[in-house]
Amino acid sequence: MTKVTLTVNGRTMSGECEDRTLLVHFIREKLGLTGTHVGCDTTQCGACVIHMDGHSVKSCSILAVQASGSTITTIEGLAGQGELHPVQAAFKEHHGLQCGFCTPGMVMTAVDLINREGGHLTEETVRAGLEGNICRCTGYHNIVKAILAADAEIAGSRQAAE
Amino acid sequence: MGVEGIGARVTRKEDKRFLTGKGRYTDDMTVPGMKYACFVRSPYAHAKISNIDATAAKAMPGVIDVLDGKQLQADGIGNLICGWMIHSKDGSPMRMGAWHPLAVDTVRYVGDAIAIVVADSSGEARDAAEAVVIDYEQLPVVTEAVAALASGAPQIHPEAPGNLIFDWQIGEPDAVDKAIAAAAHVTEIEILNNRLSPNPMEPRATLGIYDTAEDHYTCYTTSQNPHVARLVMSAFYNVAPENKLRVIAPDVGGGFGSKIYIYPEEIICLWASKKTGVPVKWTSDRTEAFLTDAHGRDHVSKVKMAFDANNRITALKVDTIANLGAYMSLFSSAVPTYLYATLLSGQYAIPAIHANVRTVYTNTVPVDAYRGAGRPEATYLLERTMETAARELGISPAELRKINFIRSFPYQTPVIMNYDAGDYEASLNAAMQAADWAGFAARRSQSEAKGKKRGIGMSCYIEACGIAPSAAVGSLGAGVGLWESAEVRVNAVGTIEVLTGSHSHGQGHETTFAQLVAGRLGVPIESINIVHGDTDKVQMGMGTYGSRSGAVGMSAVVKALDKVEAKAKKIAAHLMEASEEDIVIENGELKVAGTDKSVPWFQVALASYTAHNLPSGMEPGLKETAFYDPSNFTFPAGCYIAEVEIDPDTGETDIVQFVAADDFGNIINPMIVEGQVHGGIAQGIGQALLENVQYDANGQLLTASYMDYAMPRADDLPSFTLSHQNTPCPGNPLGIKGCGEAGAIGSPPALINAITDAIGHNKLTMPATPMKVWQALHSAH
Amino acid sequence: MYATSYHRASSVEDAVKLKSANEEGRYLSGGMTLIATMKQRLAAPSDLIDLRHIPAIRGIRIEGRKVTIGAATPHADVAASRELAAICPAICKLAGHIGDPHVRHMGTIGGSIANNDPAADYPAGLLGLGATVVTDRRSISADDFFTGLFETALEEGEMVTSVTFEAPEKAGYAKFNNPASRFAMTGVFAAKTAGGIRVAVTGAGASGVFRHPGFEQALASNWSPDALSNVAVDASNLMADMHANAEYRANLVKVMAKRAVASAG
Repeated sequence: MTKVTLTVNGRTMSGECEDRTLLVHFIREKLGLTGTHVGCDTTQCGACVIHMDGHSVKSCSILAVQASGSTITTIEGLAGQGELHPVQAAFKEHHGLQCGFCTPGMVMTAVDLINREGGHLTEETVRAGLEGNICRCTGYHNIVKAILAADAEIAGSRQAAE
Repeated sequence: MGVEGIGARVTRKEDKRFLTGKGRYTDDMTVPGMKYACFVRSPYAHAKISNIDATAAKAMPGVIDVLDGKQLQADGIGNLICGWMIHSKDGSPMRMGAWHPLAVDTVRYVGDAIAIVVADSSGEARDAAEAVVIDYEQLPVVTEAVAALASGAPQIHPEAPGNLIFDWQIGEPDAVDKAIAAAAHVTEIEILNNRLSPNPMEPRATLGIYDTAEDHYTCYTTSQNPHVARLVMSAFYNVAPENKLRVIAPDVGGGFGSKIYIYPEEIICLWASKKTGVPVKWTSDRTEAFLTDAHGRDHVSKVKMAFDANNRITALKVDTIANLGAYMSLFSSAVPTYLYATLLSGQYAIPAIHANVRTVYTNTVPVDAYRGAGRPEATYLLERTMETAARELGISPAELRKINFIRSFPYQTPVIMNYDAGDYEASLNAAMQAADWAGFAARRSQSEAKGKKRGIGMSCYIEACGIAPSAAVGSLGAGVGLWESAEVRVNAVGTIEVLTGSHSHGQGHETTFAQLVAGRLGVPIESINIVHGDTDKVQMGMGTYGSRSGAVGMSAVVKALDKVEAKAKKIAAHLMEASEEDIVIENGELKVAGTDKSVPWFQVALASYTAHNLPSGMEPGLKETAFYDPSNFTFPAGCYIAEVEIDPDTGETDIVQFVAADDFGNIINPMIVEGQVHGGIAQGIGQALLENVQYDANGQLLTASYMDYAMPRADDLPSFTLSHQNTPCPGNPLGIKGCGEAGAIGSPPALINAITDAIGHNKLTMPATPMKVWQALHSAH
Repeated sequence: MYATSYHRASSVEDAVKLKSANEEGRYLSGGMTLIATMKQRLAAPSDLIDLRHIPAIRGIRIEGRKVTIGAATPHADVAASRELAAICPAICKLAGHIGDPHVRHMGTIGGSIANNDPAADYPAGLLGLGATVVTDRRSISADDFFTGLFETALEEGEMVTSVTFEAPEKAGYAKFNNPASRFAMTGVFAAKTAGGIRVAVTGAGASGVFRHPGFEQALASNWSPDALSNVAVDASNLMADMHANAEYRANLVKVMAKRAVASAG
């Protein structure tokens, strides 16, 4: 057993685990944050996407011990208690989710995409940016719409702040 | 009526928990003392098991026990069954082979469960599962349906000689043969419908909890119909009597049919929990899902369609072989029969139809209903045949369809169905206009100038939803009734709980069902909660599949609401000293029509529970239950158009536009309906272009992960153009037809008709991968 | 995943020492292939030596036209490097199409080439650029480095520390995705380098990444897509699987080669 310490959603958290424990299982089972999901075994579906040190990563393909010392944001920590991040709000407004299982990974991916390329996203760049996330319910139509709307909203409020 | 009633684009009540990571799925559940299961599965597609040695496995770290099929059998747990009896045309019943939840002496597909390991962690359970030593004697394998029927094919079940499960027919063979002989033109085509894996993003999971003190079982499971799961596990599998078994399907991450069935794992985890004395959780990984979730489709058909000199269809003859896999899954027999052949009239007036369907065993994953279930197979067959016929007859595909549309309702087809309402030409015209069909020739020229091939194709689908009435499906062999139940529970303060047997796993019932109540009573949608998915909370239910939640489930809510309203009106009349007939319910108040007298809804609710001043003889309380059994199926229909541009160098297909024009009857929430159509189209495009379950000659599944099974991703798809041409359904109180499957039914033939239009010939099977399209373009035809 | 022991190396020397102390161990970089393989129980290293925390092998250094990419540099950093894009946009484009955005945040150039998956992108890039692979003990030319399917010239315990190359005069990369995995079903990197024309093909060869002399000769006399039209692609040495047979791959090799040249300008 190895001790893993992470800063998760702003709080320092520690736990013991086997070295073979995947980060996603550590987050779900040791930290009790079950919003991050596992949908495949081959690093493809993206249901497990979180942010590690500011970048989107697939927590199903990283060992918890590899991540030790890093700063992590999960879907639970994206917005304040009871609030929605603009991307979450846009997913609700545009019906960008159905069963909800891929949703946390989709939202974390969208936030990362807007962080990197925000302000001038197009349907094409959004679809390309979702290459690592699979949704079986929505046909992506409303996810794309939601991300474009969130991008415009975030860019707008940035401009307003300047 | 408020802004949150029927027809309003209300955002979903359930979204916040999913968006903030607070959804609660089966794998999220933990209970004290919970341990983890791993199944030992067959690596061979067909083999005898001569010995199972778990000695080493049981000695491994963390292992609590290893249990096998003989122990399960000794404890009296029953075999899995198919719940829909089909008789062959010679009158003999279908030949169902035994399906032991844990294989006892023979394994019949790769992934067949043999033993369960329970251990402290999932890693230790898997380590030990690898240490279980099993002696196999390999047997010959057959994976394809046609090959399984050939003489000398490996025999899979002793109960089904020649691997034939049933040889069934519908319609009039003589009339069809006569019409074909007299036809001015006969179009012949062979149709393959590719095998698919449903792939809801949440893999199946189950948590079995046995309570020794109460001799009671709780089963958390990824189910579309928890009550049916309890019924089947009690009545047929002998897990526990119904009063000792609670089944909970919490948030479920998509189903698409694959979570209708009661699989071995639910049964075994419950049983293992009693055997080991600990709660047992099993969570499928994705490869296990490919190996064990029921697959869909897999038909091979020969078609003849006869026309008279005026291009009217005079007859349709279909001969289908359907692959049901290694065992008969719960509703497997109904899919290629009553959900398929009864839809072969499509939107067309066809005087004579005959379909013969043979179903066969193969050494593959069991096949059952997947989004659309039989109707996509019927639509694909018909609409490719219509397209081919139009090309052969030299008339436009739209014209051929218009000539043959059914135009007056009700319409009795030669294959059972009685269509109640529809306007097929309205959808066809709307779709053609939205797609600018008239401008296609110019667009094709532009593509040609760029060295690209452009094609356009349509598909006019019909489907049958809300399978019913119960007596009718019972006479056709169904083992269950297909009604739905609801309870409307008004609390003392006027807030409302609606308990429904429908289950939501993405469809948004918590919003649409609440809209219905909010609209009827004029109360805020926030004051209404929808309760589903727990057999201890909801009285009974048949679950969600076949686009039945709206047409059947909401109709049950309507019936319960009728009763609640009637009682509330009586109380209000009493309170206001008015006549019951004069009371109307508006904006959360009960009013005396034509006066300014009113009592608020919450006051009537409170009065019903204080019972201080009720009409003489009235029982206290405001809570009513109803069961609704529909009088007929519903018949959604529509027209889909796909336009594609193909890169002849690579064979890659780019979907330039995709148009859907649907008739779903009345719509509760357009936003949610559109979402259902988007998702259905994506799965249909997946079938047409990407997805294909493939086995090798030894029965090894080649497409057992997303490395080889091509799931539609965002950049494979365009945005879709949708419209509705609704004719209300006369068969249910809300006029709803259903929208969950249409997209998956209507889209594959539209795509393939567009691609064959682009490549200039008809020799193409699904999925139309870049390689296949490239080959089709460069082979001589 | 089978049990394993994790070690975090702080320097190249530390890593090599840890590796030599654990013979059945493996170096772990981004882990985007290794962890996935371990999850499927197809690899079972006793120990993992994590290279992501060695500052010396991370980052992109450009001196004139000489490019050095540290082995632990993630694909996303290569894809987003403006300095690199100014002199060799093709390698940025290549890196920007590996896996998906999340994989690119973790996966590294050193990990990719040491694994030498026959459908990986970087092997084509390095072979096409005539790059040099620098290890803890020597320099190996790309021509010598990639030796077969998942095989490289790396000796036991040898560790990639960086990759260097001279920015080419022109280069382009074109990739045709496997529809399921999104790995290259065929990827072609074509470059006009100081050492001549180089065309490298990944995703298609039965023995992994390879150079195509026919294309190189044709392009040497006429650097244009059309120059490749009449050059034959031998299908007999190409991979065949359920997604693409050898004949179709041979076609893709030519089509992607033309597109690579076209994109190079």
